[in-house]
Amino acid sequence: MIKNILNLGDAALYCDFGSDVNQEINSNVIKYFYHIKKLNLKGITNLTPSYNKLIISYDLNIHSFLSLKKKIENIEIKENNKLEKNLIEIPVCCDNDFALDIERVENKLKLKSEIILEKFFSKNYFCYMTGFVAGMPFLGDLDQEMRLKRLETPRVKVPKGSVGITEQFCNIYSFETPGGWNILGNTPQNIFDSSNQSNPNLVNPGDTIKFYRITLDQYNEIKR
Amino acid sequence: MKSKDRNYFKILRAGINTTYQDLGRNNLYHIGIPFSGAMDKRNFQLLNSLLQNDYNSPVIEFAYQGPHLKYFGKDIFFCISGNVSFKIITKEGVIDGNSYQCYLLKNGDEVDIRSTNKSVYGYFSINGTFGVDYYWGSCSINTQAQIGPNNGNKFSKDLEIEIIDINNSFNKRKLDYFGSTIENIRVIKGTNYDYFSEFSQNKFFKESFKITKLSDRMGMRLEGTKIENIVDPNIKSEGLVKGVIQITSAGDPIIMLSDHGTIGGYPKIATVISADYDRLVQLTPGSNIKFKDVSLEDAETLYKLYQMETNNLISQIK
Repeated sequence: MIKNILNLGDAALYCDFGSDVNQEINSNVIKYFYHIKKLNLKGITNLTPSYNKLIISYDLNIHSFLSLKKKIENIEIKENNKLEKNLIEIPVCCDNDFALDIERVENKLKLKSEIILEKFFSKNYFCYMTGFVAGMPFLGDLDQEMRLKRLETPRVKVPKGSVGITEQFCNIYSFETPGGWNILGNTPQNIFDSSNQSNPNLVNPGDTIKFYRITLDQYNEIKR
Repeated sequence: MKSKDRNYFKILRAGINTTYQDLGRNNLYHIGIPFSGAMDKRNFQLLNSLLQNDYNSPVIEFAYQGPHLKYFGKDIFFCISGNVSFKIITKEGVIDGNSYQCYLLKNGDEVDIRSTNKSVYGYFSINGTFGVDYYWGSCSINTQAQIGPNNGNKFSKDLEIEIIDINNSFNKRKLDYFGSTIENIRVIKGTNYDYFSEFSQNKFFKESFKITKLSDRMGMRLEGTKIENIVDPNIKSEGLVKGVIQITSAGDPIIMLSDHGTIGGYPKIATVISADYDRLVQLTPGSNIKFKDVSLEDAETLYKLYQMETNNLISQIK
């Protein structure tokens, strides 16, 4: 299932699963990720799954590129290996104060805000990967008519909890960070919990997300 | 603990970016948490060796201007590594300290870390252990994700640094070392090298780039000749590693450093080799970088040589 293994610098394997972004390819990446993680190979310092790549960082004192590449190539994963999936429900408030880009999205998609939100909340989303900042999930796929580009000028600060869309994806800002996604609402739910060291992420690769809409009162109630 | 039994430093001035660091935390990229850890691993290793501490003991990392610390407790030794100017203030007077030498501190003495001179990072520690909390096996502070002791924040004035253990069988040691500089930063071509025009590929290795002020533990932004992308200014977001050089949509290189975001969507033109990382992070804003292309095999050998050099330095400590 890995098409090709290249080097990324001198201390990481760049495993290429293809160039398309779809749930089939991504599920393969995630299967490899969990499989290799479970093997607990000495000298592997990080595994980074993404849409269609898996990057394996290693300790240069223990591995060299060619020897580790061989090890990874020899891993056999059954195609029908099932992915462990959780369904996670996440509340989102789309009050004016939170839906920072709703007007822009209305204009770009030529849809009324109520239609946009209805479409947004009617689907379940698949978690392709988490990262950039701690806990941020990259989810998909949005319907064709819901797809638009990111902001021309990214925000310097996107508020924590913001739920945004861009192209076929949506995400949740687990921290206040710079960012350019179109923000439709905000969740009061904590997406990353550093005190939970065994599982700090609310959402993990392979999980399914169901967003549900809440009022401002409910938002404040959960926040409290 | 009764206050008279406590051994601690009080921070009179915090410095610009002062944090606890160790070797960092592994195997968390997939949830979005980078390695962190001491930026300059060689100086981190030398410091713990000089102080006869465990190889992964916490140290205090500072950038540009370090902290001014006042010590309270029983006699203790401290040491500083890096290219650092500092003063030791005792009842007998004020002396200039030297890096890679251990000094005695008595109750009420102060250490004023003035400057990392023409470098960025320096390290401070004691013959003992700071009282730190561990997060995923590391005490490194990642201020961006607010992970680590001190609520994941950099040090501030009046903070008290607890010492939970002092090694009483310690004997004072030193190392004659004046740091190591490097002319070119060596890189391996990146996975998106062919996204850039041949003209720009050549320029990337022929011209030098200036390090801008927008550089910190997360990344180093460079400016110079614009690198022309002929394929697509974005790629499908994928994992990053430290040392990766991405080219932004504006055509400027940005090098990922120890606290970098774990995923990125800019094409990767090259990656700095592991052997040159410690020296890369010590280059100050305003200075110039020139990249040199090496093969993967050479990079692996150069790393082994670099490690041997570090081990040689450690064996020269006496």
